[in-house]
Amino acid sequence: MSTDLTGYNIAYLDEQTKRMLRRALLKAVAIPGFQVPFASREVPMPRGWGTGGVQVTAAIIGTGDTLKVIDQGADDTTNAVSIRQFFAAVAHASTTTRTSEATVIQTRHRIPETPLTEGQTIVYQVPMPEPLRFLEPRETETRRLHALADYGLMYVKLYEDIARYGHIAQTYSYPVMVAGRYLMSPSPIPSFDNPKMHQSPALQLFGAGREKRIYAIPPYTDVESLGFEDYPFEPQTFDDPCAICGSTGVYLDEVITDDKGGSMFVCSDTDHCEHAAGQAEVTR
Amino acid sequence: MYVAVKGGERAIANAHALLAKEGRGDPALSPLNPAAVAGQLGVLVARVMTEGSLYDPELAARAIVQAQGDVLEAVTLIRSYRTTLPRFGYTLPVDTARLPPQRRISATFKDLPGGQQLGATFDYTHRLFTDRDTAGPASAPDGGGPPDEGMPRVSDLLGASALIEPDQALDGDPEPGDLTREPAVFPMTRAERLQSLARGDEGFLLALGYSTQRGYGNNHPFAGEIRVGEVDVEIEIPELGYPVPVGRVELTECQMVNQFSGSADTPAQFTRGYGLAFGRSERKAMSMSLVDRSLRAGELGERAAAPAQDEEFVISHSDNVQATGFVEHLKLPHYVDFQAELGLVRRLNAEFRERAEGASGRHDGAEEA
Repeated sequence: MSTDLTGYNIAYLDEQTKRMLRRALLKAVAIPGFQVPFASREVPMPRGWGTGGVQVTAAIIGTGDTLKVIDQGADDTTNAVSIRQFFAAVAHASTTTRTSEATVIQTRHRIPETPLTEGQTIVYQVPMPEPLRFLEPRETETRRLHALADYGLMYVKLYEDIARYGHIAQTYSYPVMVAGRYLMSPSPIPSFDNPKMHQSPALQLFGAGREKRIYAIPPYTDVESLGFEDYPFEPQTFDDPCAICGSTGVYLDEVITDDKGGSMFVCSDTDHCEHAAGQAEVTR
Repeated sequence: MYVAVKGGERAIANAHALLAKEGRGDPALSPLNPAAVAGQLGVLVARVMTEGSLYDPELAARAIVQAQGDVLEAVTLIRSYRTTLPRFGYTLPVDTARLPPQRRISATFKDLPGGQQLGATFDYTHRLFTDRDTAGPASAPDGGGPPDEGMPRVSDLLGASALIEPDQALDGDPEPGDLTREPAVFPMTRAERLQSLARGDEGFLLALGYSTQRGYGNNHPFAGEIRVGEVDVEIEIPELGYPVPVGRVELTECQMVNQFSGSADTPAQFTRGYGLAFGRSERKAMSMSLVDRSLRAGELGERAAAPAQDEEFVISHSDNVQATGFVEHLKLPHYVDFQAELGLVRRLNAEFRERAEGASGRHDGAEEA
């Protein structure tokens, strides 16, 4: 990417736009889980490629911040690299791949394995902010359902899963109830990551650029994944440890190793994997 | 294998270099000059300006060259630049009745004040390739141009006899909404809808407009008037107290005239659909006016059953920058979610096998007994 960006403001967006975004963010933090409409701007990457996350990050990042960007849990997937380079160029931000060193983490589809701490902000890229969208395509209608906290549709959907498959067949974008009031899409993170949102000490911000919505979970907020008393929420589990670092209890990606059905399971979180593999070396 | 996801940084740099090479074509030939593109591919430039919502032929031409002719990519470039520009204020409404049209036709009246004027159009050309060595017909000399007499809009002519709905001035003349600065919320005002349609994808609106003609929400259109020409853009400077022209833009305007059978409180009269686009963008302006009219179904108390009459459907899907981005984002890695689904399908399969085995086990047992 060219670093010659004359004619563009620091962090790309103009200050008025940042102010508009910050106002939307404040409202979102004040009403946890509520989708705040905002006048989403174009940013120099395609819609659907993290433009909401990019706008949120651009609105909150300052010179003292250290940015980490992950996609699928990895720092070096191409879109994560592209977004990190963008902010390095336009915001002169310092960047890192270490979860513990980052003050702002922009993510697509994962929450890092290393527990987040107070003072950290995680920015989720959100494709479809409306958890009810596939049950009710109309915005005017879903807005009404949220206003009335009428979430029967979603419970019926989950019930139908159980009736048909014997358990809830939702493995990612698993709906959550925030602070006991608003039904919220956690973005397409695997349900494995859902419990990390509950009572997290970090500030969680969600940006949906194409759909023009911002929402948030303030630190130490209850985030409950939907379930029933007899069929409670069950996140994914993995039988094997990571083939590289030996970690257990982490999210794993299956990597195909040959054309005879062979595969291995490795950490999706590359920072965690590197760190754990390093620790394993030391102990050996 | 695992290293395949590593090295994204180098891969990106290499991909950009390859893209630049592909875009350059044969290095023995001179590269495209954006100024020449602006002059010779004016229709394409107009489309990029219209859907990019920024009137700047030179910049649009640069975008087209940089995007290697990918229209939606060029529109994205324009939009991403436009959004960073500061906003000083609103211009006064442009007066299209005042523009000396380069082209003006009406399909509803044989002759009308100001006359019909074909102007620069592909209509009535034979779509045959010109000889390789010629540029086709000789181009018109500069100058001449239409006589500078008034050309009142057809809708105003009909309006004088109350056969067509009047231009609706809203109560108190409120500030127009701005979709690029304020969040759009459904249901929209017609002004917001028109803004959105003006930025909408030409192909999508064309297909929707076409669908209304084929019976999906028929609204019996007549091309009341299509005009193309340059118009002054004026802005009111508070310190001066009078409007000051800040430039000229070329526009295509289309007024569709549609039947309306009337209702209990309104006599039968013609209604209107409106289309406006930058440059020579006749297809876009016509499609837009068809869709604008069909989206007024609710306001006019018509039964709304067709896709083109559904505001949320049309407006949510007409923006090609959003559409192409979201469709193409499927190229991005999704292996975390896919892994989650894979785990579920394996589990469902295992449960299916267990049930099948259980069932056959019971069956065997029954035979033994």
